[in-house]
Amino acid sequence: MSTETIPVVGVGHGGARRGGHRGAGTRPLPEAARLSSLDVLESESIHILREVVAEFERPAMLFSGGKDSVVMLHLATKAFWPGRVPFPVLHVDTGHNFPEVLDFRDRTVERLGLRLVVGSVQEYLDRGELAERADGTRNPLQTAPLLGAIAAEKFDAVFGGGRRDEDKARAKERILSLRDEFGQWDPRNQRPELWNLYNGRHTVGQHVRAFPISNWTELDIWRYIEREGIELPSIYYAHEREVFERDGMWMAVGPYSEPRASEPVVAKTVRYRTVGDMSCTGAVLSSAASVADVVVEVAASTLTERGATRADDRISEAAMEDRKKDGYF
Amino acid sequence: MSIAVTELGASTLFRFATAGSVDDGKSTLVGRLLHDSKAILADTLDAVARTSAERGFGGASGGIDLALLTDGLRAEREQGITIDVAYRYFATNRRSFILADCPGHVQYTKNTVTGASTADAVVVLIDARKGVLEQTRRHLSVLHLLRVPHVVVAVNKIDLVGFSESVFTEIAADVAAVAESIGLAVPVVVPVSALAGDNVVSVSARTPWYSGPSLLGVLESLPSTDDAESAAAASDSTGSTGLTDSAEPFRFPVQLVLRPQGGLAPGLSADEFRDYRGYAGQIASGSVAVGDAVTLLPTGRSTTVAGIDGPGGVALASAAAPQSVVLRLADELDVARGELIAAAGTVREPSQDLYSSLSWLSPKPLREGSRVLVKHGTRTVQALVRAINGKLDLDSFELEPASSLELNDIGSVQLRLASALPLEPYAAHRRTGAFLVIDPVDGNTLAAGMVGEHPGDSEDERYVI
Repeated sequence: MSTETIPVVGVGHGGARRGGHRGAGTRPLPEAARLSSLDVLESESIHILREVVAEFERPAMLFSGGKDSVVMLHLATKAFWPGRVPFPVLHVDTGHNFPEVLDFRDRTVERLGLRLVVGSVQEYLDRGELAERADGTRNPLQTAPLLGAIAAEKFDAVFGGGRRDEDKARAKERILSLRDEFGQWDPRNQRPELWNLYNGRHTVGQHVRAFPISNWTELDIWRYIEREGIELPSIYYAHEREVFERDGMWMAVGPYSEPRASEPVVAKTVRYRTVGDMSCTGAVLSSAASVADVVVEVAASTLTERGATRADDRISEAAMEDRKKDGYF
Repeated sequence: MSIAVTELGASTLFRFATAGSVDDGKSTLVGRLLHDSKAILADTLDAVARTSAERGFGGASGGIDLALLTDGLRAEREQGITIDVAYRYFATNRRSFILADCPGHVQYTKNTVTGASTADAVVVLIDARKGVLEQTRRHLSVLHLLRVPHVVVAVNKIDLVGFSESVFTEIAADVAAVAESIGLAVPVVVPVSALAGDNVVSVSARTPWYSGPSLLGVLESLPSTDDAESAAAASDSTGSTGLTDSAEPFRFPVQLVLRPQGGLAPGLSADEFRDYRGYAGQIASGSVAVGDAVTLLPTGRSTTVAGIDGPGGVALASAAAPQSVVLRLADELDVARGELIAAAGTVREPSQDLYSSLSWLSPKPLREGSRVLVKHGTRTVQALVRAINGKLDLDSFELEPASSLELNDIGSVQLRLASALPLEPYAAHRRTGAFLVIDPVDGNTLAAGMVGEHPGDSEDERYVI
């Protein structure tokens, strides 16, 4: 066995110099290789999708019909072409979803020939395993059905469409995030993520959440939707709707969100920036009727997507972090 | 700086990280960059303004404690600790930026290594009142070790030395001297005040003796590792190492074999794709064109590239790092995940002996004789720690004797692998020279590994296959 002292890589003048092997394989780069930021993000996402499919036994993808999950699923169709998307999709149904979005979900699953697994908040409520909250918001109730579905289906990796620009807790999230047998996230004990070498090792009972579009911003998502011609549920585009104002947000009138006497109902031209539970997702006043209009609007917006439209993130300054620690996405 | 939507389609992506202790004003600098480039939206700013007011903050930045913008988690706010790396995003008309916001002192090399491993550039802060310290040498040495393509130095708090040209000139000269002594390309140096905003996003009138661009201007113009042409052109003028993934010889770790057969995507013809066999992966370095001769590793077999399919099946004549593509090969070979496809004539014989630098990231110490896993490219193999040759003294950057590596140590370690891997020195190949050390018991990542020179490498042409 050799015991010579090996110089540590590259320190000092005596360290290795690059260039010794550059001759034969180096060529001028083709013009096509000057990649735009969207090309680079797409390549990175596809790399992550493929790594997880290669290293895990039973992956699944969260799919709500919202724009982020639609883009993530679109990336999956590109990553595994000419094969079909090689995993089922999982929807945690709060029971308060927009009908347009459920319809879109079902059409997409049908079109791509996927298996849909549904975790139902309503079923948990009916069985008495969850209780309705006083504020009527069901988003925080999604954690139990999500973890239930993961356990029942023995999923060992679950793709989520979370983006780091959404929230300060998500800014700290790894691309591959290890969860314990309770699905918990421990922000103080995360694996370092180095280069593009993702470590998916886990023990029985643990699973991994994988976030292929971590590095995308809301604007990247919309520019990509425009570039790829991706279809979204109609509520993302301007339409007239009966709404009332609550806490500075425009809430749709519906069976799960009823105006109080002090909240007059008005008809407004609105669209949604995020799609979640009807009881806590607000609309924004907007006349953006096409993808191109939305790109312009998002680029000029002075409000964050969640700040503008998500009541559940207003519960406390660390609402997202607290939910994530419990096993939420 | 509002974003012109028409420009966005062409914008490139640039990843950078920051290095510096809290006293250097790093959080304020990051906050200033985000704030002045309009990346902080009104509702976030309102929340920060409220907290700033509650804490009695006032002063030059309009009553807002910019450092709060980077202070995310409950535990961080309550306990005043910072937890690992956070990622932040902003864009200008020229570029989209991903900022790896790395907390802490350089003694926590763990954080610096994590943030810098994916960075096109790292911004090192120096306090103008203190000048180049031992700490600066440490920062620059670690970044040199990691082969970060561009190092930029921000001389912060220039307002506190009366915007003195001579102070700045002296620090810039000291930086250049340190860089030369450790073999690093001389960094670009920018005088800034993070607190007041001078030369961070826009050029300041208070430093008329400084003719260079603002810090953001520098970050907008540095070539990214994904853009080989501008990198090569700029390597002489900007102090860049010229080290880019796309200028290296072609390397392609095979992620998975796509052989859809019955599981074809809807709408595709079974007749057309019955015999489809493609190798999916992300190009780690270099470029490839249809018809290129390639070598498969570790077997050493050779063939040519018959086709390149881009995402979703777009036929490409050529592709380059970091594109994710599918390669089809001319010969029917049994290639599996974990193998490497490389430009013919540019690779060496795979080896079971791995000489490396390890940046130890775990509280569990490394000892000789330990069994670990090594993840290199898409391959994970068992390994035995044969010898710890020493660890770096972070002050002198000399190797000192050591029998174990503890958290935050960087050491020279010799490993014996259960199977031969196509190892390449990190100093010349940032992607294919990097690896992870993984704990076989709990699966945690123990170390960031960088392949060193193999004994006998100087006569390397003999190894080319």
